[in-house]
Amino acid sequence: MAEKRQIVVPGETIVSGNEFLPGDGAYRDGEEVVANRYGIANIFEKHVRVVPVSGAYYPKRGNTIIGTIVDITFNGWLIDFGGAQNAFLPVAEVPRYVNKNEMAEFLNFGETVIVKVWDVKSRGVDVSMKMRGYGKIEGGMIVSVGSNQVPRIIGREGSMVRMIKDATGCDVTVGQNGKVWISGKDTDMEVAAKKIVEFIGCNVLVAGLTENVEKMIKEMGLKTDDVEVVSEDTDK
Amino acid sequence: MAAPTTQSVPLKGKKGIYTKREDGRKFTDVRPMTAKVGIVPSADGSASFSTGKTKAIAVVRGPRTLHPQHMQNARTGILRVSYGMMPFSVEDRIRPGPNRRAEEIGKVTEWALSSVVDLSGFPNTVVDVFVQIPQADAGTRVAGINAAALALAHAGIPMKEMVSAIGVGKIDKTLVVDLDKFEDSEFHDAEGSTDIPIVLTSRKKEIALLQLDGKISVEEFKAVIELGKVACDDILKVQMDALKNAGDCKNG
Repeated sequence: MAEKRQIVVPGETIVSGNEFLPGDGAYRDGEEVVANRYGIANIFEKHVRVVPVSGAYYPKRGNTIIGTIVDITFNGWLIDFGGAQNAFLPVAEVPRYVNKNEMAEFLNFGETVIVKVWDVKSRGVDVSMKMRGYGKIEGGMIVSVGSNQVPRIIGREGSMVRMIKDATGCDVTVGQNGKVWISGKDTDMEVAAKKIVEFIGCNVLVAGLTENVEKMIKEMGLKTDDVEVVSEDTDK
Repeated sequence: MAAPTTQSVPLKGKKGIYTKREDGRKFTDVRPMTAKVGIVPSADGSASFSTGKTKAIAVVRGPRTLHPQHMQNARTGILRVSYGMMPFSVEDRIRPGPNRRAEEIGKVTEWALSSVVDLSGFPNTVVDVFVQIPQADAGTRVAGINAAALALAHAGIPMKEMVSAIGVGKIDKTLVVDLDKFEDSEFHDAEGSTDIPIVLTSRKKEIALLQLDGKISVEEFKAVIELGKVACDDILKVQMDALKNAGDCKNG
Protein backbone atom coordinates (compact mmCIF):
# COMPACT_ATOMS: atom_id res chain seq x y z
CA MET A 1 0.00 0.00 0.00
CA ALA A 2 1.26 3.40 -0.93
CA GLU A 3 1.75 6.03 1.73
CA LYS A 4 -0.20 9.24 1.57
CA ARG A 5 1.12 11.61 -1.08
CA GLN A 6 3.47 9.12 -2.60
CA ILE A 7 4.51 8.89 -6.23
CA VAL A 8 2.76 5.98 -7.89
CA VAL A 9 3.33 4.19 -11.17
CA PRO A 10 0.57 2.81 -13.44
CA GLY A 11 -0.55 -0.60 -12.20
CA GLU A 12 0.64 0.02 -8.67
CA THR A 13 -1.75 -0.66 -5.79
CA ILE A 14 -2.46 2.59 -3.98
CA VAL A 15 -4.63 1.23 -1.23
CA SER A 16 -6.57 -1.92 -0.47
CA GLY A 17 -10.12 -2.07 0.78
CA ASN A 18 -13.68 -1.87 -0.51
CA GLU A 19 -14.41 1.35 1.39
CA PHE A 20 -12.08 3.38 -0.84
CA LEU A 21 -13.45 5.14 -3.90
CA PRO A 22 -11.23 5.43 -6.98
CA GLY A 23 -11.27 8.92 -8.51
CA ASP A 24 -9.21 10.60 -11.24
CA GLY A 25 -6.28 8.48 -12.31
CA ALA A 26 -7.27 5.39 -10.32
CA TYR A 27 -9.36 2.29 -10.89
CA ARG A 28 -10.63 -0.62 -8.87
CA ASP A 29 -9.27 -4.12 -9.30
CA GLY A 30 -11.06 -6.43 -6.88
CA GLU A 31 -10.17 -5.31 -3.37
CA GLU A 32 -7.49 -2.93 -4.50
CA VAL A 33 -7.48 0.61 -5.81
CA VAL A 34 -4.86 0.86 -8.52
CA ALA A 35 -3.19 3.83 -10.21
CA ASN A 36 -3.74 4.12 -13.93
CA ARG A 37 -1.55 7.17 -14.28
CA TYR A 38 1.87 8.28 -13.09
CA GLY A 39 1.62 10.92 -10.38
CA ILE A 40 1.18 11.62 -6.68
CA ALA A 41 -1.42 9.49 -4.94
CA ASN A 42 -3.79 11.52 -2.83
CA ILE A 43 -6.15 9.89 -0.35
CA PHE A 44 -8.75 12.21 1.06
CA GLU A 45 -11.59 10.77 3.12
CA LYS A 46 -11.60 7.42 1.30
CA HIS A 47 -11.46 9.19 -2.03
CA VAL A 48 -8.36 8.12 -3.95
CA ARG A 49 -6.96 10.06 -6.85
CA VAL A 50 -3.68 10.48 -8.67
CA VAL A 51 -2.48 14.03 -9.30
CA PRO A 52 -0.27 14.19 -12.39
CA VAL A 53 3.28 15.49 -11.96
CA SER A 54 4.29 15.48 -15.61
CA GLY A 55 2.84 15.21 -19.06
CA ALA A 56 0.54 17.18 -21.29
CA TYR A 57 -1.97 19.81 -20.16
CA TYR A 58 -5.56 18.70 -19.68
CA PRO A 59 -7.96 21.65 -19.53
CA LYS A 60 -10.43 22.07 -16.70
CA ARG A 61 -13.40 24.36 -16.48
CA GLY A 62 -12.47 27.78 -15.17
CA ASN A 63 -8.83 27.60 -16.25
CA THR A 64 -7.21 30.64 -17.81
CA ILE A 65 -5.28 29.63 -20.89
CA ILE A 66 -3.09 31.41 -23.42
CA GLY A 67 -3.20 30.22 -27.01
CA THR A 68 -2.90 31.13 -30.67
CA ILE A 69 -5.59 31.48 -33.32
CA VAL A 70 -5.18 28.64 -35.81
CA ASP A 71 -8.47 28.73 -37.71
CA ILE A 72 -11.43 31.00 -38.33
CA THR A 73 -14.80 29.31 -38.86
CA PHE A 74 -18.14 30.92 -39.78
CA ASN A 75 -19.09 31.45 -36.16
CA GLY A 76 -15.90 31.55 -34.19
CA TRP A 77 -12.18 30.94 -33.85
CA LEU A 78 -10.12 27.83 -33.16
CA ILE A 79 -7.34 28.28 -30.63
CA ASP A 80 -4.30 26.07 -30.22
CA PHE A 81 -3.31 26.02 -26.57
CA GLY A 82 -1.09 22.93 -26.56
CA GLY A 83 -3.79 20.49 -25.52
CA ALA A 84 -5.20 17.38 -27.16
CA GLN A 85 -7.83 19.36 -29.04
CA ASN A 86 -8.16 22.93 -30.16
CA ALA A 87 -10.35 25.28 -28.16
CA PHE A 88 -13.36 26.94 -29.78
CA LEU A 89 -14.10 30.61 -29.18
CA PRO A 90 -17.57 31.52 -30.50
CA VAL A 91 -18.27 35.06 -31.76
CA ALA A 92 -20.90 35.36 -29.05
CA GLU A 93 -18.20 34.97 -26.41
CA VAL A 94 -16.10 37.97 -27.38
CA PRO A 95 -16.67 41.26 -25.60
CA ARG A 96 -17.80 43.30 -28.60
CA TYR A 97 -19.87 42.96 -31.73
CA VAL A 98 -17.99 41.28 -34.57
CA ASN A 99 -19.18 41.32 -38.15
CA LYS A 100 -19.17 37.70 -39.28
CA ASN A 101 -17.79 38.70 -42.66
CA GLU A 102 -14.84 40.44 -41.12
CA MET A 103 -13.88 38.16 -38.26
CA ALA A 104 -10.18 38.34 -39.10
CA GLU A 105 -10.34 42.07 -38.33
CA PHE A 106 -10.91 41.26 -34.69
CA LEU A 107 -8.74 38.15 -34.29
CA ASN A 108 -6.52 36.99 -37.12
CA PHE A 109 -4.44 33.86 -37.68
CA GLY A 110 -1.41 33.62 -35.42
CA GLU A 111 -2.63 36.19 -32.91
CA THR A 112 -2.39 35.28 -29.25
CA VAL A 113 -5.27 35.46 -26.81
CA ILE A 114 -5.97 34.95 -23.13
CA VAL A 115 -9.24 33.08 -22.68
CA LYS A 116 -11.17 31.27 -19.98
CA VAL A 117 -12.21 27.63 -20.30
CA TRP A 118 -15.98 27.54 -20.29
CA ASP A 119 -16.73 23.90 -20.98
CA VAL A 120 -14.64 20.76 -21.43
CA LYS A 121 -16.04 17.89 -23.46
CA SER A 122 -14.12 14.86 -24.66
CA ARG A 123 -14.40 16.27 -28.18
CA GLY A 124 -13.18 19.77 -27.51
CA VAL A 125 -13.04 22.80 -25.29
CA ASP A 126 -15.22 25.90 -25.40
CA VAL A 127 -13.67 29.13 -24.25
CA SER A 128 -14.78 32.68 -23.58
CA MET A 129 -13.12 36.06 -23.26
CA LYS A 130 -16.04 38.06 -22.06
CA MET A 131 -14.51 38.97 -18.73
CA ARG A 132 -12.01 41.49 -17.48
CA GLY A 133 -8.40 40.53 -18.05
CA TYR A 134 -9.15 38.36 -21.06
CA GLY A 135 -8.55 39.28 -24.67
CA LYS A 136 -5.96 39.67 -27.34
CA ILE A 137 -2.30 39.93 -26.31
CA GLU A 138 -0.16 42.65 -27.82
CA GLY A 139 3.48 43.21 -26.93
CA GLY A 140 5.43 41.58 -24.15
CA MET A 141 6.75 38.06 -24.29
CA ILE A 142 5.50 34.56 -23.66
CA VAL A 143 7.45 32.05 -21.59
CA SER A 144 6.57 28.38 -21.80
CA VAL A 145 6.89 26.22 -18.72
CA GLY A 146 5.24 22.87 -18.06
CA SER A 147 1.61 23.03 -17.03
CA ASN A 148 2.59 21.06 -13.93
CA GLN A 149 4.84 23.87 -12.76
CA VAL A 150 2.05 26.45 -12.90
CA PRO A 151 0.88 26.05 -9.28
CA ARG A 152 4.39 26.88 -8.06
CA ILE A 153 4.69 29.92 -10.31
CA ILE A 154 1.42 31.25 -8.96
CA GLY A 155 2.32 30.37 -5.38
CA ARG A 156 -0.09 30.23 -2.50
CA GLU A 157 -2.87 32.69 -3.19
CA GLY A 158 -0.79 34.24 -5.95
CA SER A 159 2.12 35.18 -3.68
CA MET A 160 4.85 34.14 -6.09
CA VAL A 161 3.35 35.94 -9.07
CA ARG A 162 2.84 39.03 -6.93
CA MET A 163 6.48 38.94 -5.92
CA ILE A 164 7.59 38.87 -9.57
CA LYS A 165 5.19 41.67 -10.43
CA ASP A 166 6.40 43.88 -7.59
CA ALA A 167 10.06 43.24 -8.26
CA THR A 168 10.00 43.87 -12.00
CA GLY A 169 7.01 46.13 -12.42
CA CYS A 170 5.82 43.84 -15.22
CA ASP A 171 2.36 42.54 -15.74
CA VAL A 172 2.47 38.75 -15.43
CA THR A 173 -0.41 36.57 -16.56
CA VAL A 174 -0.09 32.84 -15.97
CA GLY A 175 -2.05 30.51 -18.23
CA GLN A 176 -2.90 27.15 -16.69
CA ASN A 177 -1.58 25.52 -19.86
CA GLY A 178 1.95 26.53 -18.94
CA LYS A 179 2.21 29.73 -20.95
CA VAL A 180 3.16 32.86 -19.05
CA TRP A 181 2.66 36.28 -20.58
CA ILE A 182 5.02 38.99 -19.38
CA SER A 183 4.48 42.59 -20.39
CA GLY A 184 6.30 45.58 -18.99
CA LYS A 185 7.46 49.08 -19.79
CA ASP A 186 10.96 48.08 -20.84
CA THR A 187 12.47 44.92 -22.22
CA ASP A 188 15.13 44.62 -19.49
CA MET A 189 12.48 44.14 -16.85
CA GLU A 190 10.59 41.71 -19.04
CA VAL A 191 13.74 39.65 -19.47
CA ALA A 192 14.32 39.72 -15.71
CA ALA A 193 10.78 38.50 -15.09
CA LYS A 194 11.27 35.81 -17.74
CA LYS A 195 14.41 34.60 -15.99
CA ILE A 196 12.62 34.36 -12.66
CA VAL A 197 9.73 32.43 -14.18
CA GLU A 198 12.12 30.00 -15.88
CA PHE A 199 14.04 29.62 -12.62
CA ILE A 200 10.87 28.64 -10.79
CA GLY A 201 9.96 26.25 -13.61
CA CYS A 202 13.26 24.43 -13.18
CA ASN A 203 13.25 24.29 -9.39
CA VAL A 204 9.73 23.28 -8.48
CA LEU A 205 10.90 20.46 -6.26
CA VAL A 206 13.64 22.33 -4.42
CA ALA A 207 12.81 23.09 -0.82
CA GLY A 208 12.65 26.77 0.12
CA LEU A 209 11.80 27.91 -3.37
CA THR A 210 10.42 31.23 -2.21
CA GLU A 211 13.65 32.14 -0.40
CA ASN A 212 15.68 31.16 -3.46
CA VAL A 213 13.55 33.34 -5.68
CA GLU A 214 13.88 36.24 -3.24
CA LYS A 215 17.65 35.77 -3.29
CA MET A 216 17.66 35.69 -7.05
CA ILE A 217 15.66 38.90 -7.25
CA LYS A 218 18.13 40.58 -4.89
CA GLU A 219 21.08 39.34 -6.92
CA MET A 220 19.52 40.83 -10.01
CA GLY A 221 19.57 44.22 -8.28
CA LEU A 222 15.83 44.46 -7.96
CA LYS A 223 14.20 45.31 -4.71
CA THR A 224 11.90 42.78 -3.15
CA ASP A 225 10.06 45.48 -1.16
CA ASP A 226 8.36 44.10 1.83
CA VAL A 227 6.12 41.73 -0.02
CA GLU A 228 4.64 39.30 2.35
CA VAL A 229 5.22 35.86 0.94
CA VAL A 230 3.36 32.91 2.30
CA SER A 231 5.50 29.79 2.14
CA GLU A 232 5.11 27.63 -0.92
CA ASP A 233 2.24 25.38 -1.69
CA THR A 234 2.52 22.12 -3.55
CA ASP A 235 -1.19 21.62 -3.99
CA LYS A 236 -2.85 22.15 -7.34
CA MET B 1 18.25 -12.78 -8.51
CA ALA B 2 15.71 -15.30 -7.23
CA ALA B 3 14.78 -18.76 -8.52
CA PRO B 4 14.06 -20.23 -11.10
CA THR B 5 17.52 -20.62 -12.49
CA THR B 6 18.64 -22.81 -15.35
CA GLN B 7 19.06 -25.60 -12.82
CA SER B 8 15.43 -25.56 -11.77
CA VAL B 9 14.12 -25.73 -15.30
CA PRO B 10 13.72 -29.21 -16.78
CA LEU B 11 16.98 -29.27 -18.68
CA LYS B 12 19.18 -30.75 -15.99
CA GLY B 13 21.90 -33.00 -17.31
CA LYS B 14 21.66 -31.69 -20.86
CA LYS B 15 24.97 -30.01 -21.62
CA GLY B 16 25.62 -28.16 -24.80
CA ILE B 17 28.79 -26.59 -26.10
CA TYR B 18 27.85 -23.15 -24.79
CA THR B 19 29.02 -23.40 -21.19
CA LYS B 20 30.22 -19.90 -20.45
CA ARG B 21 29.19 -16.40 -21.45
CA GLU B 22 31.79 -14.07 -22.82
CA ASP B 23 31.04 -11.24 -20.42
CA GLY B 24 31.09 -13.52 -17.37
CA ARG B 25 27.39 -13.27 -16.66
CA LYS B 26 25.37 -16.18 -15.35
CA PHE B 27 22.97 -17.57 -17.94
CA THR B 28 20.04 -16.06 -16.08
CA ASP B 29 21.62 -12.64 -15.55
CA VAL B 30 20.37 -9.51 -17.23
CA ARG B 31 23.05 -7.04 -18.32
CA PRO B 32 23.43 -3.97 -16.05
CA MET B 33 20.41 -1.75 -16.55
CA THR B 34 19.88 1.98 -16.28
CA ALA B 35 16.71 3.98 -16.80
CA LYS B 36 15.92 7.68 -16.69
CA VAL B 37 12.81 9.72 -17.42
CA GLY B 38 12.51 13.33 -18.52
CA ILE B 39 15.49 13.39 -20.85
CA VAL B 40 13.77 15.53 -23.50
CA PRO B 41 12.37 18.69 -21.88
CA SER B 42 10.23 19.82 -24.81
CA ALA B 43 8.34 16.53 -25.08
CA ASP B 44 5.28 15.53 -23.08
CA GLY B 45 7.14 12.49 -21.85
CA SER B 46 10.52 10.93 -22.47
CA ALA B 47 12.76 8.18 -21.16
CA SER B 48 15.93 6.29 -21.81
CA PHE B 49 16.61 2.66 -21.03
CA SER B 50 19.77 0.66 -21.47
CA THR B 51 20.93 -2.90 -20.88
CA GLY B 52 24.66 -3.29 -21.31
CA LYS B 53 25.65 -1.68 -24.56
CA THR B 54 22.11 -1.52 -25.90
CA LYS B 55 20.58 1.92 -25.44
CA ALA B 56 17.08 3.09 -26.30
CA ILE B 57 15.45 6.48 -26.00
CA ALA B 58 11.74 7.07 -26.29
CA VAL B 59 9.83 10.32 -26.67
CA VAL B 60 6.06 10.74 -26.33
CA ARG B 61 4.06 13.56 -27.85
CA GLY B 62 0.36 13.94 -27.38
CA PRO B 63 -2.48 13.28 -27.10
CA ARG B 64 -2.91 15.65 -30.04
CA THR B 65 -5.34 15.92 -32.94
CA LEU B 66 -4.70 13.27 -35.56
CA HIS B 67 -4.18 14.25 -39.16
CA PRO B 68 -5.12 13.14 -41.81
CA GLN B 69 -8.67 13.22 -40.51
CA HIS B 70 -9.71 9.90 -42.07
CA MET B 71 -7.32 8.10 -39.69
CA GLN B 72 -9.12 9.49 -36.65
CA ASN B 73 -11.14 7.16 -34.48
CA ALA B 74 -14.20 8.78 -32.92
CA ARG B 75 -14.33 6.16 -30.16
CA THR B 76 -10.78 6.38 -28.89
CA GLY B 77 -7.40 7.94 -29.36
CA ILE B 78 -4.83 5.87 -31.16
CA LEU B 79 -1.26 4.97 -30.39
CA ARG B 80 1.38 5.36 -33.08
CA VAL B 81 4.87 4.04 -32.56
CA SER B 82 7.86 4.60 -34.74
CA TYR B 83 11.12 2.73 -34.19
CA GLY B 84 14.47 3.49 -35.73
CA MET B 85 18.09 2.61 -35.32
CA MET B 86 20.50 5.49 -35.67
CA PRO B 87 23.03 5.19 -38.52
CA PHE B 88 25.92 4.91 -36.06
CA SER B 89 24.24 2.44 -33.71
CA VAL B 90 26.13 -0.58 -35.07
CA GLU B 91 29.60 -1.05 -36.47
CA ASP B 92 28.62 -0.99 -40.11
CA ARG B 93 26.58 2.08 -40.82
CA ILE B 94 22.81 1.59 -41.04
CA ARG B 95 21.15 3.36 -43.92
CA PRO B 96 18.98 6.01 -42.28
CA GLY B 97 15.25 6.10 -42.80
CA PRO B 98 12.47 3.57 -42.47
CA ASN B 99 13.03 0.01 -43.57
CA ARG B 100 11.12 -3.24 -43.36
CA ARG B 101 12.62 -4.26 -40.04
CA ALA B 102 12.09 -0.88 -38.36
CA GLU B 103 8.52 -0.75 -39.60
CA GLU B 104 7.82 -4.21 -38.19
CA ILE B 105 9.35 -3.50 -34.80
CA GLY B 106 7.42 -0.24 -34.58
CA LYS B 107 4.17 -2.08 -35.24
CA VAL B 108 4.97 -4.86 -32.80
CA THR B 109 5.85 -2.31 -30.11
CA GLU B 110 2.59 -0.52 -30.83
CA TRP B 111 0.58 -3.72 -30.32
CA ALA B 112 2.41 -4.59 -27.12
CA LEU B 113 1.79 -1.13 -25.64
CA SER B 114 -1.81 -0.89 -26.88
CA SER B 115 -2.79 -3.66 -24.49
CA VAL B 116 -2.10 -1.44 -21.47
CA VAL B 117 -2.64 2.09 -22.75
CA ASP B 118 -6.20 3.45 -22.46
CA LEU B 119 -6.90 6.39 -24.76
CA SER B 120 -10.71 6.21 -24.69
CA GLY B 121 -10.75 9.60 -22.98
CA PHE B 122 -9.18 11.30 -25.97
CA PRO B 123 -11.20 10.53 -29.11
CA ASN B 124 -9.88 11.63 -32.50
CA THR B 125 -6.38 12.08 -31.13
CA VAL B 126 -3.06 10.33 -31.49
CA VAL B 127 -0.29 9.65 -29.04
CA ASP B 128 3.01 9.46 -30.87
CA VAL B 129 5.84 7.40 -29.46
CA PHE B 130 9.25 7.76 -31.07
CA VAL B 131 11.77 5.08 -30.19
CA GLN B 132 15.37 5.56 -31.28
CA ILE B 133 18.33 3.27 -30.75
CA PRO B 134 21.59 5.22 -30.45
CA GLN B 135 23.63 2.12 -29.68
CA ALA B 136 22.73 -1.50 -30.42
CA ASP B 137 24.01 -4.75 -28.97
CA ALA B 138 20.97 -7.01 -29.56
CA GLY B 139 17.68 -6.76 -27.69
CA THR B 140 16.85 -3.36 -29.14
CA ARG B 141 13.14 -4.01 -29.46
CA VAL B 142 12.78 -4.99 -25.82
CA ALA B 143 14.92 -2.06 -24.70
CA GLY B 144 12.76 0.16 -26.91
CA ILE B 145 9.57 -1.18 -25.34
CA ASN B 146 10.95 -0.66 -21.83
CA ALA B 147 11.84 2.93 -22.70
CA ALA B 148 8.50 3.52 -24.43
CA ALA B 149 6.54 2.27 -21.42
CA LEU B 150 8.50 4.63 -19.19
CA ALA B 151 7.99 7.55 -21.54
CA LEU B 152 4.24 6.90 -21.79
CA ALA B 153 3.94 6.81 -18.01
CA HIS B 154 6.03 9.97 -17.75
CA ALA B 155 3.72 11.67 -20.25
CA GLY B 156 0.81 11.00 -17.90
CA ILE B 157 -0.99 8.78 -20.40
CA PRO B 158 -3.62 6.58 -18.69
CA MET B 159 -2.28 3.03 -18.48
CA LYS B 160 -3.82 0.05 -16.73
CA GLU B 161 -0.35 -1.17 -15.84
CA MET B 162 3.26 -0.97 -16.93
CA VAL B 163 5.04 -3.36 -19.26
CA SER B 164 8.54 -4.77 -19.04
CA ALA B 165 10.31 -6.59 -21.83
CA ILE B 166 13.18 -9.05 -22.04
CA GLY B 167 14.79 -11.20 -24.68
CA VAL B 168 15.29 -14.82 -23.63
CA GLY B 169 16.92 -17.38 -25.88
CA LYS B 170 18.66 -20.64 -26.36
CA ILE B 171 22.30 -20.95 -27.32
CA ASP B 172 22.94 -24.48 -28.51
CA LYS B 173 21.27 -26.36 -25.60
CA THR B 174 21.55 -23.67 -22.94
CA LEU B 175 18.76 -21.29 -22.02
CA VAL B 176 20.06 -17.74 -21.77
CA VAL B 177 18.52 -14.47 -20.56
CA ASP B 178 19.15 -11.11 -22.28
CA LEU B 179 21.20 -12.10 -25.32
CA ASP B 180 23.91 -9.82 -26.60
CA LYS B 181 24.84 -9.42 -30.24
CA PHE B 182 27.24 -12.38 -30.31
CA GLU B 183 24.68 -14.71 -28.76
CA ASP B 184 21.84 -13.37 -30.83
CA SER B 185 23.26 -13.37 -34.33
CA GLU B 186 26.87 -14.52 -34.41
CA PHE B 187 26.62 -17.90 -32.74
CA HIS B 188 26.11 -20.50 -35.47
CA ASP B 189 27.75 -23.63 -34.02
CA ALA B 190 25.88 -26.77 -33.05
CA GLU B 191 22.16 -26.00 -32.62
CA GLY B 192 22.70 -22.29 -33.18
CA SER B 193 20.77 -19.62 -31.31
CA THR B 194 17.10 -18.91 -30.70
CA ASP B 195 15.79 -15.52 -29.62
CA ILE B 196 12.43 -15.00 -27.90
CA PRO B 197 11.43 -11.43 -26.99
CA ILE B 198 8.82 -11.41 -24.23
CA VAL B 199 6.75 -8.45 -23.04
CA LEU B 200 5.03 -8.88 -19.71
CA THR B 201 2.50 -6.60 -18.03
CA SER B 202 3.44 -5.50 -14.53
CA ARG B 203 0.28 -6.28 -12.60
CA LYS B 204 -1.50 -9.22 -14.13
CA LYS B 205 1.73 -10.68 -15.51
CA GLU B 206 0.08 -11.21 -18.87
CA ILE B 207 2.08 -11.64 -22.03
CA ALA B 208 1.71 -8.59 -24.27
CA LEU B 209 4.16 -9.71 -26.94
CA LEU B 210 5.87 -12.98 -27.74
CA GLN B 211 8.05 -13.53 -30.75
CA LEU B 212 10.23 -16.46 -31.72
CA ASP B 213 13.20 -16.51 -34.00
CA GLY B 214 14.79 -19.97 -34.24
CA LYS B 215 13.95 -23.46 -33.02
CA ILE B 216 12.93 -24.60 -29.53
CA SER B 217 11.08 -27.51 -27.93
CA VAL B 218 7.82 -27.12 -26.04
CA GLU B 219 9.41 -27.87 -22.62
CA GLU B 220 12.21 -25.44 -23.24
CA PHE B 221 9.74 -22.85 -24.41
CA LYS B 222 7.80 -23.10 -21.15
CA ALA B 223 11.06 -22.71 -19.24
CA VAL B 224 11.91 -19.67 -21.32
CA ILE B 225 8.65 -17.98 -20.32
CA GLU B 226 9.41 -18.64 -16.65
CA LEU B 227 12.89 -17.17 -17.01
CA GLY B 228 11.37 -14.18 -18.78
CA LYS B 229 8.93 -13.59 -15.95
CA VAL B 230 11.74 -13.52 -13.40
CA ALA B 231 13.85 -11.17 -15.49
CA CYS B 232 10.87 -8.87 -16.10
CA ASP B 233 10.45 -8.45 -12.33
CA ASP B 234 14.00 -7.10 -12.16
CA ILE B 235 13.40 -4.79 -15.10
CA LEU B 236 10.17 -3.52 -13.56
CA LYS B 237 12.11 -2.58 -10.43
CA VAL B 238 14.51 -0.48 -12.50
CA GLN B 239 11.58 1.17 -14.28
CA MET B 240 9.74 1.95 -11.04
CA ASP B 241 12.92 3.39 -9.57
CA ALA B 242 13.37 5.69 -12.54
CA LEU B 243 9.80 7.00 -12.27
CA LYS B 244 9.76 7.36 -8.49
CA ASN B 245 13.04 9.24 -8.34
CA ALA B 246 12.33 11.48 -11.30
CA GLY B 247 11.08 14.52 -9.42
CA ASP B 248 8.37 16.53 -11.07
CA CYS B 249 10.52 18.91 -13.08
CA LYS B 250 10.24 18.34 -16.77
CA ASN B 251 13.07 20.74 -17.53
CA GLY B 252 15.55 19.44 -14.99
